[in-house]
Amino acid sequence: MVLRIHKDHSRFKEIVKGHIKQDLKKYVSNGELIGKKGKDLVSIPIPRIDLPRFSYSHKKTGGVGQGEGQVGTSLGSGDETAGQGQAGNLPGEHLLEVDVTLDELATILGEELELPNIKPKGTKTISSHKERYTGVHVAGPESLRHFKRTYKQALKRQISSGSYDPSNPIVIPFREDRRYRSWKLVPQPVNNAVIFYLMDVSGSMGTEQKETVRTESFWIDTWLRSQYKDLDFRYIIHDATAREVDSETFYHTRESGGTIISSAYKLCDKIITEVYSPSEWNIYIFHFSDGDNWSGEDTSFCIKLLRDKLLPNINLFAYGQVESQYGTGQFLKDVQEGLGNQDNVAFSKIESKEDILDSIKVFLGKGK
Amino acid sequence: MDLTPELAAEAKRIAEYARGYGLDFYDTIFELLDFDEVNQVASYGGFPTRYPHWRFGMDYEQLSKGYAYGLSKIYELVINNDPCYAYLMKSNGLTDQKLVMAHVYAHCDFFKNNIWFSKTNRKMVDETANHATRIRRYVDRIGYEAVERFLDVCMSIDNLIDYHAPFIRRGDHDVEGLEEIGEGRVIVPKLKSKDYMDSYINPTEYLEQQKKEIEKKLQERKRKFPQEPIKDIVEFLIKYAPLEKWQRDVLAIIREEAYYFAPQGQTKIMNEGWATYWHSRMMTEKILTDGEVIDYADHHSGTLGTRPGVINPYKIGVELFRDIENRWNKGQFGKEYEECENMAEKSSWDRKLGLGRDKIFEVRRIYNDVTFIDTFLNADFCREHGLFAYSYNYKTGQYEISDRDFKVIKQKFLFSLTNFGQPIIMLHDANYRNRNELYLVHHTEGVDLRLDWAKATLEALFAIWQRPVNLETTIEGRLKVISFDGKSHVEKELAKDNRG
Repeated sequence: MVLRIHKDHSRFKEIVKGHIKQDLKKYVSNGELIGKKGKDLVSIPIPRIDLPRFSYSHKKTGGVGQGEGQVGTSLGSGDETAGQGQAGNLPGEHLLEVDVTLDELATILGEELELPNIKPKGTKTISSHKERYTGVHVAGPESLRHFKRTYKQALKRQISSGSYDPSNPIVIPFREDRRYRSWKLVPQPVNNAVIFYLMDVSGSMGTEQKETVRTESFWIDTWLRSQYKDLDFRYIIHDATAREVDSETFYHTRESGGTIISSAYKLCDKIITEVYSPSEWNIYIFHFSDGDNWSGEDTSFCIKLLRDKLLPNINLFAYGQVESQYGTGQFLKDVQEGLGNQDNVAFSKIESKEDILDSIKVFLGKGK
Repeated sequence: MDLTPELAAEAKRIAEYARGYGLDFYDTIFELLDFDEVNQVASYGGFPTRYPHWRFGMDYEQLSKGYAYGLSKIYELVINNDPCYAYLMKSNGLTDQKLVMAHVYAHCDFFKNNIWFSKTNRKMVDETANHATRIRRYVDRIGYEAVERFLDVCMSIDNLIDYHAPFIRRGDHDVEGLEEIGEGRVIVPKLKSKDYMDSYINPTEYLEQQKKEIEKKLQERKRKFPQEPIKDIVEFLIKYAPLEKWQRDVLAIIREEAYYFAPQGQTKIMNEGWATYWHSRMMTEKILTDGEVIDYADHHSGTLGTRPGVINPYKIGVELFRDIENRWNKGQFGKEYEECENMAEKSSWDRKLGLGRDKIFEVRRIYNDVTFIDTFLNADFCREHGLFAYSYNYKTGQYEISDRDFKVIKQKFLFSLTNFGQPIIMLHDANYRNRNELYLVHHTEGVDLRLDWAKATLEALFAIWQRPVNLETTIEGRLKVISFDGKSHVEKELAKDNRG
């Protein structure tokens, strides 16, 4: 049953969503990772929309309560949810927790950043098949017997043969009357995607830089998840050498040492060749570094690697350069020069958390 | 959905018990609803149909989320109407249903007999449906956005009504006893005196002087509009604001519904206390079977549970009713008892009067929360039930228990109940500065208004009156006038002798 209230409810949600939209920038740049709760829910506290009236501030009036405690005992913190001091005859000013699913969040992100939906790569997306029980057959396993149809059939037969007696309505199905559910295979296109996160963990990447990377990758995840059914994640960290790690290590390692970026690209290429056939996978590579490569020679090698091996096979290569007090930032310039004419690359410079939103827009704005 | 035969039989049985105890109620119709329907009805303030507005959706969101996560559940919903409608949640167990029925009958008795409900529309179910239809029609004609925007504005000011207005019969007299008979003649109030003393007590010169003053006042008043300060500002706006016809109607609807709901706010503690008192008596004395006791006790204690910092109206209400019954049974009232200083004697005071039952029925008839608390909350009760006053500590950013002194508690308690704990604001002048501006006065009780909201509310008033609006109020100890002229807010300090 559709209730009338649902119209009011969705209206309210729209209004609330409008509030989220305005605050979105703040959420992203403040690095508030919105906690995942259960399977795919995040909870964002949204103020209850209270229409303004002439009223007292609760902080100024206080109220009457019941319970134990000496004078001076605290009743809770200063937000107005604490005491419903109006002797319970008025709804206090509560905060309402509005749950936003990640899907909704992604939609909002998409709207806010005007992100184009991603076009799945080529026509060669794999199709898997799914059984759908749509038809009825005269043969099949007993476990799939269609009770109602079987009886209907028996009834039909009895009526047409004249053996049905309405005053004694007993219907007995024969072997021939039995009907079974049958299935059809429905092809289902599936878009698979894999995301490579590459991060420079050389001595110059501090906690702050990693926090930036983490926030940005959360939002990238959220968006790509809304676009693909299944996502694979691979995490690669590198200093002078590269290795693959799990996400926990990815965000928390602090290594030291020099930086040879090509090592990461080589590893990435190796994984792609072994596991992710480019004809079946949409491949994304996000690389974050402070742009301080060991030598110009290695940088040229990187460019060569990217141009010849990686770029032809992947949807997008995105390079985000995080500001760091040590880095020279030379890498960004070199790569931009070397690959600027390529179509599936994106570069951005992330100087502070405020730039994350713009950076996401650059990375994902191409709709690749 | 109608009741199942089992529940219908229970409803009948419980109604008979209730009547047996002396409760007197309209016919009560129970309906079984599933949780989603209950949430809808509850969001609509108990009614099956209301006009479209997101605020109901907001309440629904809260209720349905609370239910979905197992945080809260609505047990009982009853509407003041003739016949009374009450809703039962389909998924509740039989014990709960019986408890709710007993509770509901007591509510219905309260609705029917408490004097503060005597002026409410007893066909409100039909009325709200009519309101909904009217507003939907405006939506069709004028557009959702426009009507919604106007509804928002109306809801910002729907507390600017006079909750006592339904009980005041206004005659030609005005409040200060100034009276005018025909052209220019005035009656000068005289001090009461015997004939032979009259010329001494009311000397002619004095009367002449009085007459002049009264004439002067009358003269001033004639220029003033409205002549007396008005509390039902909404009514004034309906009559005089430059509104379109549909807007006038919408505002009238909002006002009517505000008046309908007002007594429920005015008697929350009493009403819940009364219903709890009776469900507890009926359940334990008549209804419960042995197997149901645990379920009942569990639920009942949940209803009466208290949390620090919050007054539970069920708990305070039922305890006060029990206290009253007990005191009047034992004769613990009146001068002799109050003045008794022997604590031992006082606590074992029992005159065996047995007036308790009559007293609580009288209380349920003529009191509202303010008078109820004022009359029956005493120091013993406060101590026994651990009441305290709390306030906000700006240093620690926390609410803290501030006092356990009876007088302070009572004063705070009454403050929170008077006018629903809302500021008292009157319209003093609708032609302020002879420019057709509104001049409102906040009758300060020592607590400042929430300023950002006050300003936003002025904007709402401006949207209706369409001329500048001014509000006189005290901000941090200074008397100020805050104004909104459609473009900007102005705040001006008033000299002491320059009040409006």
